[in-house]
Amino acid sequence: MLIPDTGLLAEYDSGPFFDEMFGKGGDRASKCRRIIGHLNGMDLKSFKRRSKAVDKELRNLGITFTVYKNAKQIDRVLPFDAIPRIITASEWKKIEDGVIQRVAALNAFLADIYGKQHILNDGVVPRDLVVKNKNYRALMEGTTLPHDTWVNICGTDLVRGDDGAFYVLEDNARTPSGVSYVVENRHLTQRTFPDLMRGIKVRPVSDYGLRLVEGLSQMWPGGADHAEVALLSPGVFNSAYFEHVFLAREMGVPLVEGRDLLVEDDKVFMRTTGGLQRLNVIYRRIDDDFLDPEVFREDSLLGVPGIMRAFFKKNVMLANAIGTGVADDKAIYAYMPRIVKYYLDQDPILNNVETHICREKDALLYTLDNMHEMVVKPVGESGGYGVVIGPRATKTELAKARKKLKANPSNFISQPVLQLSTSPTLTRTGVEPRHVDLRPFAITGDSTWVLPGGLTRVALKKGSLVVNSSQGGGSKDTWVLA
Amino acid sequence: MHNLLSRQAEAIFWMARQIERCNNVARVLDVTASFGREDDSANPWSAVLALYSDEAVFDARYAERRAEDIVYFYTLDRENPNSIINNVGFARENARALRPLLSTEMWTQLNVFNSTLLQTKRSQLRDEKVSDFCAEVKRNCQTHGGLVAETLFRDEEWYFYGIGLNLERADQTTRLVDVKYHILLPSNAKVGSQVDVSQWNAVLRSAAGFQAYRRVYHRGLTGEKVAAFLLLDQRLPRSVRSTTNRACKLLEKLIERYQLSGADQALKQAQSLAEQTEKARIDAIIANGMHEWIDDIQCDIIQITASIADAFFLKT
Repeated sequence: MLIPDTGLLAEYDSGPFFDEMFGKGGDRASKCRRIIGHLNGMDLKSFKRRSKAVDKELRNLGITFTVYKNAKQIDRVLPFDAIPRIITASEWKKIEDGVIQRVAALNAFLADIYGKQHILNDGVVPRDLVVKNKNYRALMEGTTLPHDTWVNICGTDLVRGDDGAFYVLEDNARTPSGVSYVVENRHLTQRTFPDLMRGIKVRPVSDYGLRLVEGLSQMWPGGADHAEVALLSPGVFNSAYFEHVFLAREMGVPLVEGRDLLVEDDKVFMRTTGGLQRLNVIYRRIDDDFLDPEVFREDSLLGVPGIMRAFFKKNVMLANAIGTGVADDKAIYAYMPRIVKYYLDQDPILNNVETHICREKDALLYTLDNMHEMVVKPVGESGGYGVVIGPRATKTELAKARKKLKANPSNFISQPVLQLSTSPTLTRTGVEPRHVDLRPFAITGDSTWVLPGGLTRVALKKGSLVVNSSQGGGSKDTWVLA
Repeated sequence: MHNLLSRQAEAIFWMARQIERCNNVARVLDVTASFGREDDSANPWSAVLALYSDEAVFDARYAERRAEDIVYFYTLDRENPNSIINNVGFARENARALRPLLSTEMWTQLNVFNSTLLQTKRSQLRDEKVSDFCAEVKRNCQTHGGLVAETLFRDEEWYFYGIGLNLERADQTTRLVDVKYHILLPSNAKVGSQVDVSQWNAVLRSAAGFQAYRRVYHRGLTGEKVAAFLLLDQRLPRSVRSTTNRACKLLEKLIERYQLSGADQALKQAQSLAEQTEKARIDAIIANGMHEWIDDIQCDIIQITASIADAFFLKT
């Protein structure tokens, strides 16, 4: 079955990239037969009208993220594209196994570098990359955690290449966000496009909160049944506040702010109408830097003075642990395939995007030779700062970058220019392919569970590879077929 | 199970009061717009300023007390903390902090209410449209109340909501009676006149008590009877007696059920207020001075609020 000739997808041209519904030249369409059938049973006009109603509903529900522009607070809706992104059961199996493996490696790595540092002593990962990393927290050295779990909540950013395989673009081991959209997007589909799901078995995503509170409770050495759990948010002005509310509700635990908490006798308490009440496990959505003014940034008003004292006395558990940021750094990312191999003695199920570590001679030479086709990224920087995209750089820019690279090769990694897959997406004029990525979420307590779904972000601008919500990105419901 | 966070107790107490204030402002504006016109001798809109003790603030900003400016002042004016748009905005901010405790319906309704107000233009408040606007605001406040009754989990937060709501209602009703007794009717000569009757009608309608009053007092509409009805009729949901009584009972129940300590003072004050309104007789109130009696009640409400804050809310 190729592209049909009537309905919503009648004039859809999946274009040169791997398409999430049609594959390369339509070879995937048979797997997405039913949803294609449903979409073709609809006309563009009514589909657009219903999509518009979704946008209004998002606003009414206050499912928004906050941006600040000229000191003004603006609540924005993350645009929802109603055409779902489909993942088959066998594809999902591989993603799930791959994410579980990756999280296991991240946790083993963190337990090791803050412990005996075997991997550094064996020279598998250069010591300076770890201990000089700005996200390395020396105060965590010697700390052991229940189940050796440092990363309780992990978001693994995946992209699908031209060959149809998924690759890891980035690990998010600090405070990954976006899971609320996974669940809310499903609700939106069920409420406004129930006909799209007819006859299709999609794995549910609604038990994320239950799994999360269970995983967090397992971190309490006093026993999961006795764990008092709370979610610590920076407060209503945080851009992800809606998600914090969502998670606290789904877990059925209090949503607290720094000012609600107090450390006394090296224990953490909430200020309630009934006086001070003890907390055992805190899912903190506050960065390390702001968590405790006694040990991190003194000027932080969001944090809780003394919370780290309580942690070191094992009177409170913090998720994710302090210092996980070193593991999702770009510099360490490049070593992840070797880290997997080192701790698990397995080959990675999900590969990295091809990455060259320029501190290694061959990689440096390869990068210098192919710079016009490569993306060169400085390590330890975030937000795309200092990145040189070869095909788009001028000759002078390339020469400059080459000079910088030669002067300090250790500071750079290089990757080929990414070819993100596309997915049929509603546009002003019809349905067109737009680039997407995928962020599955994994919860780890005494074992790892991966939410069957994940956040599909879509770059709504034609040709754009930028899926970020702040830069014209939207999201899709992600269907993992049962 | 843990108790309610102090911060959230405070937020829901005030959310209830803000919506109730908004509801009352809408009632007063509506009644003034609809029934005030029968009275040519005085500016009915001045009475609204008196009701909320806003004369000085308003006069400092406006040269004249024009109806449309007063309407704007109490509806869409962001500079007036007591305006409808501000009360709803504050209530929505509180609801945001309370979001984990509220039903999706409750949150959504407030959110939409707020954005509707933000989109309302001054031109939509001209003359005959005032009444429509107020009706819409009232409907929204009532929907909110209905959602509280239907969807708010009856845990601690429900008690704090009820206490806030009833204290605010008591306060609003005392203001309504006070201003009528002392400002609308400066000279005794007018008592019992046609103007007087229509003014009392308006007051009863502001407190949603017109029909009920008719059932209780078939004949006659006097200041004394109206005051007795609004202040002391246990059956009237907005009477001072029923609201202070309700606030006290909710506080007692809250403390008992959740074994809260540190609220002795608040409880004592609330019980004393309830007792005072329970025992009060209208002839004694009038003989000893209506304004003084009302002033006492308002001071008590302020003190109870302070004691509740002291016992339960977040200290900064």
